[in-house]
Amino acid sequence: MAEVQIMTGNTAAATAVKLCQVQVVSAYPITPQTSVTETLSQFIESGELKAEYVRVESEHSAMTVCISASTVGARVFTSTSSHGLLYMHEQLHWAAGSRLPIVMCCVNRGVGAPWSIFNDQQDSISQRDTGWIQLYCRDNQEIIDTVIQAYRIAEEVYAPVMVCYDGFVLSHTMMPVCLPDADMVNSFLPPYKPHTILSADNPRNINPVIFPGMRKNSAGILCDGYMEIRYKLQETLEKSRDVIVSTGIKYSKLTGRDYSGMLWHYKTDDAEVILTGMGSIATEATVAVDELRLKGIKAGVLGVRVFRPFPHAAIQQALQNARAVIVLEKDISYGYEGALCSDIKAALYGTGINPPLHNFIAGLGGRDVKAREIFEAVQTSLTEMNNKNTQNKTIWINCRQ
Amino acid sequence: MPENLFKVNKEEYMLPGNRSCQGCGLSLAYRYALKALRENTILTVPASCLTVLHGLYPTTSVTIPCLNCTFASTAASAAGLVAGLAATGRTDTTVVAFAGDGGTYDIGIQALSGAAERGTDFIFVCYDNEGYMNTGTQRSSATPMGAITTTTPILTKEQNKKDMLKIMEAHDIAYIATTTPAYPIDLYDKFVKAKRIKGTRYMQIHVPCPPGWGYPPRDTVKMARLAIETGVFVLFEMENGKFRFTGRSKSLAEKGNRLPLINYIERQDRFKKISDEQLHSMQKFIDNKWNEYQKKAEG
Repeated sequence: MAEVQIMTGNTAAATAVKLCQVQVVSAYPITPQTSVTETLSQFIESGELKAEYVRVESEHSAMTVCISASTVGARVFTSTSSHGLLYMHEQLHWAAGSRLPIVMCCVNRGVGAPWSIFNDQQDSISQRDTGWIQLYCRDNQEIIDTVIQAYRIAEEVYAPVMVCYDGFVLSHTMMPVCLPDADMVNSFLPPYKPHTILSADNPRNINPVIFPGMRKNSAGILCDGYMEIRYKLQETLEKSRDVIVSTGIKYSKLTGRDYSGMLWHYKTDDAEVILTGMGSIATEATVAVDELRLKGIKAGVLGVRVFRPFPHAAIQQALQNARAVIVLEKDISYGYEGALCSDIKAALYGTGINPPLHNFIAGLGGRDVKAREIFEAVQTSLTEMNNKNTQNKTIWINCRQ
Repeated sequence: MPENLFKVNKEEYMLPGNRSCQGCGLSLAYRYALKALRENTILTVPASCLTVLHGLYPTTSVTIPCLNCTFASTAASAAGLVAGLAATGRTDTTVVAFAGDGGTYDIGIQALSGAAERGTDFIFVCYDNEGYMNTGTQRSSATPMGAITTTTPILTKEQNKKDMLKIMEAHDIAYIATTTPAYPIDLYDKFVKAKRIKGTRYMQIHVPCPPGWGYPPRDTVKMARLAIETGVFVLFEMENGKFRFTGRSKSLAEKGNRLPLINYIERQDRFKKISDEQLHSMQKFIDNKWNEYQKKAEG
């Protein structure tokens, strides 16, 4: 019988790392991620987790340590937030380009200037195109479960996974979490096998300069050029959808908690109005949906758990009967609209699924997002959507304009 | 007499056909460094001339395994290798970072300082050709005063060279050594010794660069020797904080017969715009450093 403990999102993440028997941890303090690394320090110094802990001088070095330790065959972990993630940017590309199964928690926080320590998702969204798989959690149970699944996914497809969850809203909020059993995690997660062994017995020069064209190796075999290597990374992320789903199904069978889809659903069976979003804002939307239903509006929530690879086919299926769509998100692609909104629209292009769609930009820099505000904004949007000129619109929620 | 004069490892780890320039000081030094380091070594190399020397995918001219890393990350990359090897039970492998002066003095200094402060068990080698030579001779903080580079084309470098060795000394690391391709056995001996020592070891090699410095490729060894004869570059070791002159610098210190700076400067096109004032200032800078070393040697 699995044990239930009351814990913060950050403790849940650190506990998952311990259960996965990570071998090298490297991290740098940044709010609101810091207590993940503090908890891991406790685990490692007390001997509960047998791992090397490299207390680096920057996030750039934290990701670097993960890259090289993973290259020589260690299971690695780091976590960060906001500017820490942005400081890693170069290394995020390098990690994905190196095809290393690094798992990192991004405890979502707004980005300066001006300084904000509070939650939004601009940090991880701005790293969308680095070649990382991005998974978003809606509660602390999902954090512990997602980190465990992330290692299995990463080590199967050889691509890094970023597990994203909202700063403070989840990271510092105590919730009951059902602790996965250590033996169950062991059986679920086979040992990590690196794709290349860096040893003198078979010397290799990993990630050297590569020219645009393909070149022959010393045995006369024509090897991949830069574009082929990029194509393979793209192909891997495309194929990782199946691995994410099959991993989720396996994990669901072992725990009884449902991770069988890249999306989660709340009252969507008969829903005409679909609210969608990632992380805790989607959880908040479920409260708004209950209120909307009391008003006789058939509303539901479609939670997006996987942002990269983008679950376009699942989105199409989930929205095929929607008469109105609201995309709630805590990020903005300046000069256009929210990143999730653009992706959802792109997923629907040419499918004949063409509901009116409003994009709610909300909660930037930790601005509170109340279910009541979502409820009211949805009602206003539904009225506006009857007008042909306002079927596609970006609306800033709870913001002086 | 150099310790390993008749015992140099005959194995070659740097094969013919590498992509270094004609007369490259680095390629001379690298060959002997690898001979001293031998097989149970993993290298990590940032963007630099050495990346080019190693060759283009999918072939390489170097038979020691190497992990290429980004420019700012070299020492952290080494730290990750050390941690990863420790975590997987491969502690008999020496991790060696090999960066240029840009990757050490400038963009790599943060990660290097961090790794040194943590006492990371690795060798950091800075091959110092005194500028961003791989991108075509731009100024670095290791460029000497009075040198023309493509980013100091008219006024020349106005500042003295940063004292990276003193910065590393301030980290209280296990071993610091300077060496040169002009005396390959000095270089070999120091790498053999560095490999034996545990903890953070910092090695700096002064590598003349024919295209960057503006001298004929045949004169690389001559240029490296003149740097030592004039005290522009000083051969020494520091073990657990104890300083000692070594090799040719030791006899210069004993006999007090250093050559004036001009003997070194006049043979390189990069100094053709150096002013008398700069030359005087640079001579004074070098004399002061020399005196500092002598005081350290006297203890």
